[in-house]
Amino acid sequence: MDIGPLSNLKNLNQERIVLIVAVLIFVTASVALPGFLSAPNLIAIVRSISVLGILALGMSVVIIGRGIDLSMVAIMAMSVAWYLQLLGNGVPDHTALLLVLAGVLAIGLLNGFLVAYADVPAIFVTLASGSFVFGYVRSQLISSDAVPVPEGHWVALLGGLRFASIPVEVYLFALLSGAMFLFLRYTKWGRYVYYAGDNPIAARNIGIPVRPMLVLRYVLAALISFVAGLLTAASLHSINTRVVNSNLLYDIVLVAVIGGIGLSGGKGGVRNVLVGAALIGIMLNAMTIIDIPLLYQNLIKSTILLFAIIVDGVLNPRDEQTAQQGDI
Amino acid sequence: MKMIRTFLTAAAMTAATLAAVPAAAQDPGPMTYSEALSGKRVLLVPMAMGFDLAQGWAAILEHEVSAFGGIFETRDPNWSVEAGAQAITEAISSEQKPDVLIVMSPDMNSYSKLMKRAQKAGIYVLLIDNPANFKPDAYIGSDWTQLGRLEAEAAIKGCGEDSSKQIGLVQGDQVNATSLFQYAGIMDVMAKNPGFEIVAKPDSNWDATTSRNVTTTMLQQHPDICAIIDFWDGDATGAAAAIRDAGMQDQVFLVTTGGGEKAADCDMIENGTYGAVVMTELAQESYNMVTIIKYLLQSGQEPGTSSPYIYTLLKATTKADLKPDSCWDLKALQAMNAD
Repeated sequence: MDIGPLSNLKNLNQERIVLIVAVLIFVTASVALPGFLSAPNLIAIVRSISVLGILALGMSVVIIGRGIDLSMVAIMAMSVAWYLQLLGNGVPDHTALLLVLAGVLAIGLLNGFLVAYADVPAIFVTLASGSFVFGYVRSQLISSDAVPVPEGHWVALLGGLRFASIPVEVYLFALLSGAMFLFLRYTKWGRYVYYAGDNPIAARNIGIPVRPMLVLRYVLAALISFVAGLLTAASLHSINTRVVNSNLLYDIVLVAVIGGIGLSGGKGGVRNVLVGAALIGIMLNAMTIIDIPLLYQNLIKSTILLFAIIVDGVLNPRDEQTAQQGDI
Repeated sequence: MKMIRTFLTAAAMTAATLAAVPAAAQDPGPMTYSEALSGKRVLLVPMAMGFDLAQGWAAILEHEVSAFGGIFETRDPNWSVEAGAQAITEAISSEQKPDVLIVMSPDMNSYSKLMKRAQKAGIYVLLIDNPANFKPDAYIGSDWTQLGRLEAEAAIKGCGEDSSKQIGLVQGDQVNATSLFQYAGIMDVMAKNPGFEIVAKPDSNWDATTSRNVTTTMLQQHPDICAIIDFWDGDATGAAAAIRDAGMQDQVFLVTTGGGEKAADCDMIENGTYGAVVMTELAQESYNMVTIIKYLLQSGQEPGTSSPYIYTLLKATTKADLKPDSCWDLKALQAMNAD
């Protein structure tokens, strides 16, 4: 009995589908669009998704552990805005940095504590803490939406840093991806993330410190957000807190989910983030080159994503477990 | 006895006359003014309170409104269209309705019905900065088409006759009137300058990172571009970053528009980030609002009676004509209300 083609189809999980779509768009764009397949443009593509990808790495580790962190964009923008405001007010650099790091840690700990020990659903905790961070910092600590980087400060210099004409955030994205990969794949604690995400109760029964590890993941996500914020400010020489109201947060979840990291936890890894980020980056870049208006860009983007999700739904029907516990 | 009575009458008359003299010379103005204005509520609902223009308007309005004995309030929708709509709805139905509602509309249509309802409820509605499909009691702000023309002229001048004559745009979005009219104005000038062409016109969605990414692509696709017009200084930092990263500061003349705040505009012209900024005279614009408020509250006319356009003078400022007073300083303006 020959079921070869069908079983090949069955092997197509979401990650592979998205990868195929990304490759298809890439090849088409390379042939059809002059200048797409040039080194500077390829660097530009990777760079345009570096910060998004870094944020998605942080989000992924939380999602794999069956959680979600909706406060990431708020932490990213507001921590850096506060840092720059402190510098602008003449606070010495190390004091300012320590203060802000303490604040970032505190929010990560608060998120983790409320989810792990107070048993409040992650979606509510982080939604609330994100609003709190934005509201508090915006009203009490900074004076306007946009805060500039002081002239000649290391953050501004960081933005101009190039090695082999590749911007520094690309290296940082690669570095963090590698570190996250090693952590998730080869460390004991990394494996625990999957066990806890797949079945928290069983994980606890076999003696995994489920709750402290939950806290750790939210702290990690908060710290990664701060790094992403610093990179944004480094490139733009200012940070605009208006980004908190943008759909960046959805894009982060999108990159993780479209790459195949299930919202029900326990599945996926760094590779999925890279695939998801690649698809978004290639698509946006190609559409910008063709000069498609933003409204149509959003339409095309959402149609392709919907297509990938539908194909995945058809090829990989929901299993018993997901059906029982439901997605987020 | 009669004599005394006559004397007293005369004295009384003299006193009355004496008392009447200052009354006759009294200016009726202050009375009318204060009757019409004191205790009146003025509510400002911008798109957000956190950016330079809104903070500048609020500082001057607060100063002036409290000076005539009125009550000045602001609501901060923080860039959320829904939150702004809610603020206006609440204002209309609240116990103490505002007498004047000052609205900065996020797009052409979202608040049109609400603002009409406000006028029906007896509230004067001033539309500021962003035009909308609605007849306000006055529109106070920029003529955005003209603003686009000035930007295009500055860009053409920045390029020069011997240049590639290629200009790139970084638009805002496709719903906000400021973006649509700016584009119309730019195209207006382009039509009159054959030879110059718009080679790309991506949207930034008013986001600096997006502006940077699309500008990077634009510069790679059209390496000969001699000028870029970014539709707002709030995201032009992104276009500037892309130009800086490409090492093309000397080749690409960046034009944008803004509220003329020192840190946002003049400092950036000074350090060469922006080639030209079409700036709004914020103080004049705010005082125009004050004048219209004072007029409307004394006019006795029904809200919605007339709908004048009070355009603010626009000017493209470059490094060459940068003066110490070209920009306003937010900190100085806010200090005005500190005591």
